[in-house]
Amino acid sequence: MEPTKEQLLWMYEQMLVIRDFEETMVNVYLEGKLPPEIQEGLAFDIGSGLVPGEMHLAAGQEPVAVGSCVHLTDDDTITGTHRPHHFAIAKGISLNSLAAEMFGKVTGLGRGKGGHMHLFSVDKKFGCSGIIGAGMPQACGAALAAKKQGKDWVTVTFFGEGAANQGSFHESLNLAAIWNLPVIFICEDNKYAISVTREESTAIANNADRAIGYGIPGVRVENNDAVEVYDVVGEAVARGRQGKGPSLIEVSTDRYLGHFQGDAEAYRPENEVSTLRENDPIDRLQQQLLDSGMTEEEDSQIKERTKASVQEAYAFARESAYPDTSEATQHVFV
Amino acid sequence: MADRELTMAAAISEAIAQEMENDDNVFVMGEDVAKYGGIFGATGGLLDKFGTDRVMDTPISETAFIGAATGAAAEGMRPIVELMFVDFFGVCMDQIYNHMAKNTYMSGGNVKLPVVLTTAIGGGYNDAAQHSQCLYGLFAHVPGLKIVVPSNAYDAKGLMIESIRDDNPVMYFFHKGIMGLPWMAYFTGSTNEVPEESYSIPFGQAKVVREGTDVTIVTLSQMVHKSTAAADALAEDGISAEIIDLRTLVPLDRETVLNSVRKTGRLCVADEDYLSFGLSGEIAALVAENLDSTNLNGSVKRLAVPDVPIPYSRPLEQTVIPQVAHIESTVREMMN
Ligand SMILES: Cc1ncc(C[n+]2csc(CCOP(=O)(O)OP(=O)(O)O)c2C)c(N)n1
Ligand SMILES: [Mg+2]
Repeated sequence: MEPTKEQLLWMYEQMLVIRDFEETMVNVYLEGKLPPEIQEGLAFDIGSGLVPGEMHLAAGQEPVAVGSCVHLTDDDTITGTHRPHHFAIAKGISLNSLAAEMFGKVTGLGRGKGGHMHLFSVDKKFGCSGIIGAGMPQACGAALAAKKQGKDWVTVTFFGEGAANQGSFHESLNLAAIWNLPVIFICEDNKYAISVTREESTAIANNADRAIGYGIPGVRVENNDAVEVYDVVGEAVARGRQGKGPSLIEVSTDRYLGHFQGDAEAYRPENEVSTLRENDPIDRLQQQLLDSGMTEEEDSQIKERTKASVQEAYAFARESAYPDTSEATQHVFV
Repeated sequence: MADRELTMAAAISEAIAQEMENDDNVFVMGEDVAKYGGIFGATGGLLDKFGTDRVMDTPISETAFIGAATGAAAEGMRPIVELMFVDFFGVCMDQIYNHMAKNTYMSGGNVKLPVVLTTAIGGGYNDAAQHSQCLYGLFAHVPGLKIVVPSNAYDAKGLMIESIRDDNPVMYFFHKGIMGLPWMAYFTGSTNEVPEESYSIPFGQAKVVREGTDVTIVTLSQMVHKSTAAADALAEDGISAEIIDLRTLVPLDRETVLNSVRKTGRLCVADEDYLSFGLSGEIAALVAENLDSTNLNGSVKRLAVPDVPIPYSRPLEQTVIPQVAHIESTVREMMN
């Protein structure tokens, strides 16, 4: 399956937005978290600053998000992970409400209640969780609902290679297979689950091979490349829409930053990330587009546009108000 | 050696190391416990000392490796297994409450399960609804698990050694905000003097961490430090609070609580777990069942999370998790 020029441009622009959103967060996150503003003796304080709590960023992992979401509409559902920004952005969630949620502001997706690992959008049919492996069973449910309602909607569930050793992965694959559900299971193999490498945690080299155990197609995308992801996910989405059931896809991808911000990454070989960055998927797509007719001027227009949208989102988040404390006890039930 | 202070994280890993030196059957497993030394440092340095055979990083397969701890314990090993955050118990609860907690009883006492399940608890740093809970009340509710919840490094070491030597399953809860991590603000009172030699602290002995005459504050874990700060402020106005650190919930030292309430006539429970159906209700019930001997001087007060998930946004989180000011104002109300 080949992307159109428009689809290529869309993927390129979305990757730029994601990268900029994540890299901007690296600095914003540190505001207020370093000495001398924090408790004496600490090097860093995770609970201080504008955006407190854990922060898992997806810089480097853009291809899997854009190469998948380019096939989806607002009727299709996504369940994501604790590292969810790239999926959320590619699914079309507004940057403003995304950023505001991370600042804990009332204008955020969940009125500041969820935080960065717990993003929900009813309009964009998006949800995610901080619990490893939690998205897959719910994806089966969303797909079951679409099937019962006679729709050709699909559900994409993203998870890390670490999550492929969680029971919910195996249970969900079997469920999706026996009920012939339109679920696309997409594993992001960024080689690490915090400090544990995939070799240490996983008995086989290719998680897509696990599809054999459930009688469904399994494909591994070997390169961190939006066009390759586009191709493989496109086929799986088409299968899902045609009622041909679930697929399992593993995409090799790269985590440029720490597991969370503040991670010293002592477990990671030196220079690993700088080597990875030399083969950056955004640079590659940019080159491909320039080679096929995008002008330098068009390119800078795209970059200005994406930069402006990210800056606006962070400004919006900063300026927004916190929820009133009376909201703390609301919304346990509807 | 005198005056050697350790953080709670260092005290826990020292206790584990000493027991590993004593007993080859002790080993450690869990997510990121080896190379990383535990996300909250509870197993720091153990890999270097004992190697990968005895300090094992696991896949993200809690049902499998926590169940494996139970299985290995039944064979005479003494596993220490870490559930990274207590909030993740949902993916492995069956292995914990239907097996680890019950196999001893169901075997008529024949199966011994000397396993220690360590886990991180608590909020206060805005990690939101799935990474901030305490939940010790939930596990204390289930028969068959001993529940240890230390508040400082000295207790943490002695209670860990006791936990490892116990022939029963022990759940050991450490609050992130008292571990003394270089990347998370903490109550410095939790870092204290810890003897180098091995020692144990028996379960079921609450500690009176501050003597007082007007009101008893029953508490545990990080909330001990918040209660102490509140008691300092109250003392300035002549209100004398006695603080009881429960240290273990199973077994629960009922006598120390009752004796204190008999003395002060007032009870405030300061807890970071959910309010309803949990620890604070249990302590209140204990006093209610002993009203004839306690001469209660007014209603029992309970401070806890008001039955909502922990919200992310800082002002909301600070509202639902009891703070020093909440404890202080509650006690003041009780004195009026
Ligand atoms: C059930 C559960 N166990 C453990 C964790 C702690 N944890 C958070 S992220 C993570 C690693 C996840 O690795 P992977 O699935 O590969 O995703 P990645 O972080 O690489 O994107 C772990 C162990 C969790 N959140 N939930
Ligand atoms: Mg991973």
